[in-house]
Amino acid sequence: MMLCDYTAFELAYMLRKKQCSAMEIYSDTLQRAKEMQTITNAYISFNDEAFKTAEKIDIMIAEGKDFPLIAGIPIAVKDNISTKGLRTTCASKMLCNYIPPYDACVIEKLKKAGAVIIGKSNMDEFAIGSASDTGYFGAVHNPINYYNSAGGSSGGSAASVSSGGAVLAIGSDTGGSVRQPASLCGVVGFCPSYGTVSRYGLIAFASSLDRIGSIGRTVKDTYLLHNIINGSDPKDVTTSDIFYPFNLNTGLSGIRIGIIKELMESYADDDVKSSVMDAIRLMEKNGSIIKEISISNIRSAVNAYYIISSAEASSNLARFDGIRYGYRAPKCENLSELYKKSRSEGFGEEVKRRIMLGTFVLSEGFCDDYYKRAVSLRSRLCSEFNEAFKQCDVVAAPVYPKAGIKLGVKATLTEVYSADIFTVPSSIAGLPAISVPCGMTRDNLPVGLQLIGNRLCDKIVFDVAYWYELIRGGIYGET
Amino acid sequence: MAKLESVIGLEIHAELKTATKIFCGCKNSFGEAPNSQICPVCMGLPGTLPRLNSKVCDFAVKMGLALNCKINNISRMDRKNYFYPDLPKAYQISQSDVPICGNGSLDILVKDQIRKIGITRIHIEEDAGKLIHDDEYSGTLCDFNRCGVPLIEIVTAPDIKSSDEARIFLESIRSILRYIGISDCKMQEGSIRCDVNVSVHEKGTPLGTRCELKNVNSFSAAVRGIEYEIIRQTELIEKNLSVERETRRWDDKKGISILMRNKENARDYRFFPEPDLGAIVISEEKVNSLRAEIPELPNKKVIRYVYEYGLNYSEAFLIADNHDKAELFEKCIEKGECSPKSAANRIVGEITKYMNDTGKSISETMLTPKELSKLCVAAENGTISSSAAKTVLAELIINGGNTDKIIEKLGLAQNSDDNYLCRLADDVISANQKSVDDFKNGKSNAFGHLIGQAMKISKGKADPKKIKDIILKKLKMEE
Repeated sequence: MMLCDYTAFELAYMLRKKQCSAMEIYSDTLQRAKEMQTITNAYISFNDEAFKTAEKIDIMIAEGKDFPLIAGIPIAVKDNISTKGLRTTCASKMLCNYIPPYDACVIEKLKKAGAVIIGKSNMDEFAIGSASDTGYFGAVHNPINYYNSAGGSSGGSAASVSSGGAVLAIGSDTGGSVRQPASLCGVVGFCPSYGTVSRYGLIAFASSLDRIGSIGRTVKDTYLLHNIINGSDPKDVTTSDIFYPFNLNTGLSGIRIGIIKELMESYADDDVKSSVMDAIRLMEKNGSIIKEISISNIRSAVNAYYIISSAEASSNLARFDGIRYGYRAPKCENLSELYKKSRSEGFGEEVKRRIMLGTFVLSEGFCDDYYKRAVSLRSRLCSEFNEAFKQCDVVAAPVYPKAGIKLGVKATLTEVYSADIFTVPSSIAGLPAISVPCGMTRDNLPVGLQLIGNRLCDKIVFDVAYWYELIRGGIYGET
Repeated sequence: MAKLESVIGLEIHAELKTATKIFCGCKNSFGEAPNSQICPVCMGLPGTLPRLNSKVCDFAVKMGLALNCKINNISRMDRKNYFYPDLPKAYQISQSDVPICGNGSLDILVKDQIRKIGITRIHIEEDAGKLIHDDEYSGTLCDFNRCGVPLIEIVTAPDIKSSDEARIFLESIRSILRYIGISDCKMQEGSIRCDVNVSVHEKGTPLGTRCELKNVNSFSAAVRGIEYEIIRQTELIEKNLSVERETRRWDDKKGISILMRNKENARDYRFFPEPDLGAIVISEEKVNSLRAEIPELPNKKVIRYVYEYGLNYSEAFLIADNHDKAELFEKCIEKGECSPKSAANRIVGEITKYMNDTGKSISETMLTPKELSKLCVAAENGTISSSAAKTVLAELIINGGNTDKIIEKLGLAQNSDDNYLCRLADDVISANQKSVDDFKNGKSNAFGHLIGQAMKISKGKADPKKIKDIILKKLKMEE
């Protein structure tokens, strides 16, 4: 077992006991990351400056100074989060040479806490996709099964944590992009309430849906990372503060777990469904109360999600025009040609598809039927969730209908899009949600249990996930 | 065919003189080195987010109150999407459905009649950068300093009937913007610009199709543009051709409007709510405190000066347009000692000339309302001649002091002593025998010469009315 295989909490303990140094943790992790890179393709760039942070932490330890728990822990950062002086590509040809002049808010917080940013992880282009196979730098392969996708869009983040190429990772979740790859890679992925983690520096896909999430191998590790990046930021006016006590609760008998009837009737592979049902029964056996609830509009969430996210993406991605930074097509005769060629050549197929879809749904004559209808659907869904959470504390659901996505196998778009049914409802409503490993399929692929909380009730999501992890027998085994 | 009537609506953009830009902390200042007042936010770098400068809302509300608008306690920002190299995000953050100020009106004085011009809305938005077409450099350069400079757009109802009314309206708006201290309105710096909508129709029939004129960079250009459009559209209708809904570019040098785009090519801006900013909330208390900061406005003053004091429009406007002049005028006539007409004459005449020649404001001179009033009284009751009054006023402006003492010191009091005047008349008659003969022979202008000589000898101090009578009497006696 290499140092990179330990959890963040274990490493933090070992650092304090001087059983290892931050440099040793970093070099073990980097070695693993580079070994795995040829297999998983989880990284787009490695951070050549990372050793400096590790050295600094070792000096602090030697001097007997106090340092945050996360200090010295190697972290992968999704490549759509701006890092000063470190290439940030969004896995796009458009930004393949773009170096941000500033750090995202979450990066500032991580740096301040002494986290070692090991590199920038691979993803779907501009976080648009669910298999990390739309990017300019190639697909991310699942460390558990090479022929499978790591999920997406934060596939590189989940794959690196799963394989020991990072101990923790930052991802972004617009419609499930942290939870789904975490589930497919057998790690924990948390997506916070909208507006609790600053988006400043996160290169926007869909501003009203984008959230920065945390990935770890245990609930506690994930909670540790989330606690660093959590909190309001004057640079992001959509943020506000919620208070977290440091310790997670475990005495959760009597907790009400809701199961949404319409969601459970949606298609999912038998293996997936049975794993999730087993998890729910285990929680019931341990004293929780299972409640069936109904959210009649929940299935229209997918439609609303694709309309709203594409509309916002069409606007957010308009700035990539070849004028100030990013890819510029050579030998253009005039401005309109410069725009057309730069954008046609700089963006990939899926991104262009969403831009066109988004442009269409906002167009005069169609906006009322599509965009505005989706917005009203969204607010209806929010109030239905609000009602639902009067009957339960958290909602349990699958994360993804399948336990594995075969890379290179063409599926129809509607199949791909509708597979987001389990993750997009909470995205649309801005609710906190977590994916926790809950079992394996017959093919030895991990399955995730999703727990969704009411808005700003992030702590209870962590509590229930932590408790579930414990009653299941900890991270390494099943009861 | 019945006489055609023109209908005009204006959209006025004014840059607000806040210390910083609308969505970032960059300095809002004109004339700096290109691209020296920019940051990642106003450059629209990937991942950046806007923060609304609350001063911008305060300024807009003030203008709304000045124009009797309904202030919307809750409004929001929207994105207006279009591509242009001076717009780094490829969308302008503006207000679409819910502007900060709704329905209002402005009273202006046209040919001594009060005309009420409806204000449809006032909204806030960001300015774009500037493109520089440099001959030395074979391409176009971008200066982004102006990106994010706050603007208000004032939109009128189609209530304006002529180019003359449009000019008076624009002048009143500029005057008010300066009065309440929210904009410099420097035309040459582009800090106030307008778009003009013109249509013509037969009175009593529905409004005609309108054309929008862009690139109107001065008030006089607006007048010329409107006049051109009225003629162009009238000619079309008289030829039985129809006016098309068009956006036209005004070429002020050539004095013509040129088609930019027609209805088919009309831009679709695909407005949608800006997800990165929350709602703008303005409390009733805030509105009231801003209302208290607004002085009597120049358009009201003009109406008052004309109706109450009998000034003509141009005098009234010249005084009311400048806060200092209006204050001087009102304080000067406050006690009712001097006539408003006399005070107005001096303010519009010598005082304005001095200000224009030296570039000084009234507060930079030594002149006080009290002394101006005394000077006017002295001139009105004949204590000093009108030429002496000019001398005294110049002294009051440059060195200040007491009017009576200056008159005494400079020996400017008029001499109305009968003995002195009789002697003076005798001297003039004996020294100008030729003129006396001419007068007797019926050349009445010879009389003027004699008076002129008398004034010359007395150095202007002879009471002109009295000396006239005496000389005339003596000449008649000689006959």
